[in-house]
Amino acid sequence: MRDVAVVSFAQAPNLRADRERNEVEIVMPVVREALDSVGLEQSDIGFTVSGSCDYLTGVPFSFVMALDAVGAWPPIEESHVEMDGAWALYEAWVRLQHGDIDTALIYSFGKTSLTDLDKVMSCQLDPYTLMPLWPGGISLAGLQASAMLAAGTVSEADMAAVASHSREAAQGNPAIPEAEGPADVDELLSRPRVAHPLREHDIAPSTDGAAAIVLVAGDRAAEVCDKPAWISGIDHRVDTHAPGNRDLTTCPSARMAGERAGAGRGGIEVAEVYAPFSHQQLLLASELGLGDGVDINPSGGALAGHTFMVAGLARIGEAARRIHDGTASRVLGHATAGPCLQQNLVCVMEAGR
Amino acid sequence: MAEDPITGIVCPIRLDYTITPGRAQTRFLRGLENGKLLGQRCPATGKVYMPPRGSSPTHGLPTTEEVEVADRGTVTTFCIVNLQFASTVREIPYVCAQILLDGADIPFFFVVQEVDVNEIRMGMRVEAVWKDPSEWGPTLENILFFKPTGEADAPRESYKEHV
Amino acid sequence: MSELCAVTGVGQTHHDAERSDVSMHGLVREAAVRALADAGLEWKDIDAVVVGKAPDQFEGVMMPELMMADALGAVGKPLLRVHTAGSVGGSTGLVAAKLVQGGVHKRVLVVAWEKQSEADASWVLMMKIPFAAPLVAGAGGYFAPYIRAYMERSGAPKDTGIKVAVKDRLNALKNPYAHLKMPDITEEMVADSLMLWDPIRYLETCPSSDGACALVLTAEDALGSCENPAWVVSTAMRSEPTMFAGRDGVNPQAGIDCAAELYRKGGITDPRRQIDVAEIYVPFSWFEPMWMENLGFAEQGEGWKMTMSGATALDGDMPINASGGVLSTNPIGASGLLRFAEAALQVRGMAGEHQVDGAKLAMGHAYGGGSQYFAMWLVSSDKP
Repeated sequence: MRDVAVVSFAQAPNLRADRERNEVEIVMPVVREALDSVGLEQSDIGFTVSGSCDYLTGVPFSFVMALDAVGAWPPIEESHVEMDGAWALYEAWVRLQHGDIDTALIYSFGKTSLTDLDKVMSCQLDPYTLMPLWPGGISLAGLQASAMLAAGTVSEADMAAVASHSREAAQGNPAIPEAEGPADVDELLSRPRVAHPLREHDIAPSTDGAAAIVLVAGDRAAEVCDKPAWISGIDHRVDTHAPGNRDLTTCPSARMAGERAGAGRGGIEVAEVYAPFSHQQLLLASELGLGDGVDINPSGGALAGHTFMVAGLARIGEAARRIHDGTASRVLGHATAGPCLQQNLVCVMEAGR
Repeated sequence: MAEDPITGIVCPIRLDYTITPGRAQTRFLRGLENGKLLGQRCPATGKVYMPPRGSSPTHGLPTTEEVEVADRGTVTTFCIVNLQFASTVREIPYVCAQILLDGADIPFFFVVQEVDVNEIRMGMRVEAVWKDPSEWGPTLENILFFKPTGEADAPRESYKEHV
Repeated sequence: MSELCAVTGVGQTHHDAERSDVSMHGLVREAAVRALADAGLEWKDIDAVVVGKAPDQFEGVMMPELMMADALGAVGKPLLRVHTAGSVGGSTGLVAAKLVQGGVHKRVLVVAWEKQSEADASWVLMMKIPFAAPLVAGAGGYFAPYIRAYMERSGAPKDTGIKVAVKDRLNALKNPYAHLKMPDITEEMVADSLMLWDPIRYLETCPSSDGACALVLTAEDALGSCENPAWVVSTAMRSEPTMFAGRDGVNPQAGIDCAAELYRKGGITDPRRQIDVAEIYVPFSWFEPMWMENLGFAEQGEGWKMTMSGATALDGDMPINASGGVLSTNPIGASGLLRFAEAALQVRGMAGEHQVDGAKLAMGHAYGGGSQYFAMWLVSSDKP
């Protein structure tokens, strides 16, 4: 495959409710920053692609307005997926394999404060048997956590440790200005359950935000970026839908995507995994073969601030940033979609080509 | 013999949304509260957008300069609607027109009334009919419709770039 | 690196206003199973699935491909979901083609669909947004002023749109899958139909359909038993903002640029002479002459002459929408892929009664949004 690298990443602060700015106003500066940091203009970009969700904005074709943030004139080659921006990045990576263009801009946005995200997540379910029950994303995740606890693959203390680490890490991340304060495991375990067995700290707070990434192929990547994060493997897979038909203590699609992306070859120093619930980080770490030596979610992760449709793209960006700043040489970014980790994408990046 | 198939079930969905107009649109809506139509200028091209969308769509830049435009303008093109929509109580037929307001560089879509549908034409001059000021809020609904001004038609040259 | 890619399987559903005989799952499988059978493949042979459809509110399920992962044969495989407004069917085909051309996969299943009868599409399209102008006119209300502007610019005869409406419905009679079947249609009938959005009459508008379309795209070394592949010789996509000062909504620059790139990559210098048949996205009859000009089949202001002279008829020199087109069948999310699929059927010699004799090079075209999103491809019976 052609060598393609993440050369820049920008994100808006993940805010519980950005009541001042609309989607275009959140996206515009993020796209500008991603381009400026590598000295590119929109006119230098060969392919532009975005990810967003009409159910989140409440209006059909919401990505059409967002295009105003880019400056699509003269007309541009552009596409959109109704998926997290991580899959938009995948589409861009595929597009760059052709060799006729060298640059791609990816962006995604999500404004969860407009509505009730948990209720929206019910609209993603089978409309004949599940949606009419309105279980919501949190209750389904609770079922998964219960299954994992019953199987003994995790403990509530393990889950609290994930949350404690996330809160601690997020203190140092300017993109999560409203992170919950640090708390140790015992303190977190003393708090009440909100959706059995989940406590508040097990559930990511929903946030508003946007992210953008620039991909550059071949030698041009090194011209615009001192330390490009070369994509050495990227893959995504989907599992069956109905949570009742799955062994929720496993995640075959994450395992398969990880294997195909080369996660299992070892040497991963930093992994950013998209886990909006604490137990899901533990499950993903297991399925992706991330051992004790791997620094997982040093950004605080989605558990500290969950911008739906953006969190996956931001995980890839946060992981790439560790290569850009020279603190790691092999990293992993992960994205998920669907109830209980139904769909998963893994992107492994390295400092060398 | 097979039972009658079930061909559908009804699953009512209700989702409530709180839409955020954004900073730029807020300035436009505040103008409307005071009966003013505030366009915004593209910093790159100088073109005045009405209604403003907060960014220059051609350049992806924020539009920060307000420009008041007139509440009258020229019909650049139009259609006559003969279809009753469940969600509207408007009497058919009615006219929807692209109207280039004086001072703006982009036409916007609005209803034209108090005109015989056989009289509406490209180049016709029209003006806004506002609700009573006591009913004004931060919404374009402050304008009920546009109606002909009775002025001579605008020459085609004056609007042909906007059709 | 750019691998060759060919269409080796084409499938579509019977399209109708309401396909209450099938679930959403059943609808997509009806098309997919036909495409797989045509390609001589089984579900297990497919490497990846790419799905396209218009807004999820049309069916009331968010990202419905996830709940249909099994029905789509996607479990354990990559599943992508494209959404680019009305052009989505075309864009979906292009995303899948890139997967093959980029050397990522050997066999990709593409499915585009819409089942508008599951929810209330007109409610979706006319949702009241706070602060906005109190305007309710529907899609026709948006496009009618541009059609009026075209009529004024070109001086086209007033019955140009009527001719298109009759031609496409008569073509649809030769397409067993088409939604509208109007054997008795006449120009008088179209002329007398209700003027919905003056200048657009009822019979000059597309229907609203339930339906799906599927393609199997394969790499050169994975053709299997297929003896008549449709080779993808060129692809292009372009977008421009919905509205901006000086925008030409009648002859959008994005369409001009998209066609120019398509022709450049495909070695086309005289599209009307070189391309044998084209499936063009015409949801309102007047878009046929408008797109003829936008796509360079006719000089500016002269697209209507092709319609009026019969050049765009099935037996004309540049047949447009031999299948009956969007005017006869419109499952929104699938409409673009149907254009791409019908182009492939023509160069494979598999279009049945609406086959254009000897078609070797065909064009598929889709557009969406406010005439701002474009996706196109050229397929050929000859290997590039």
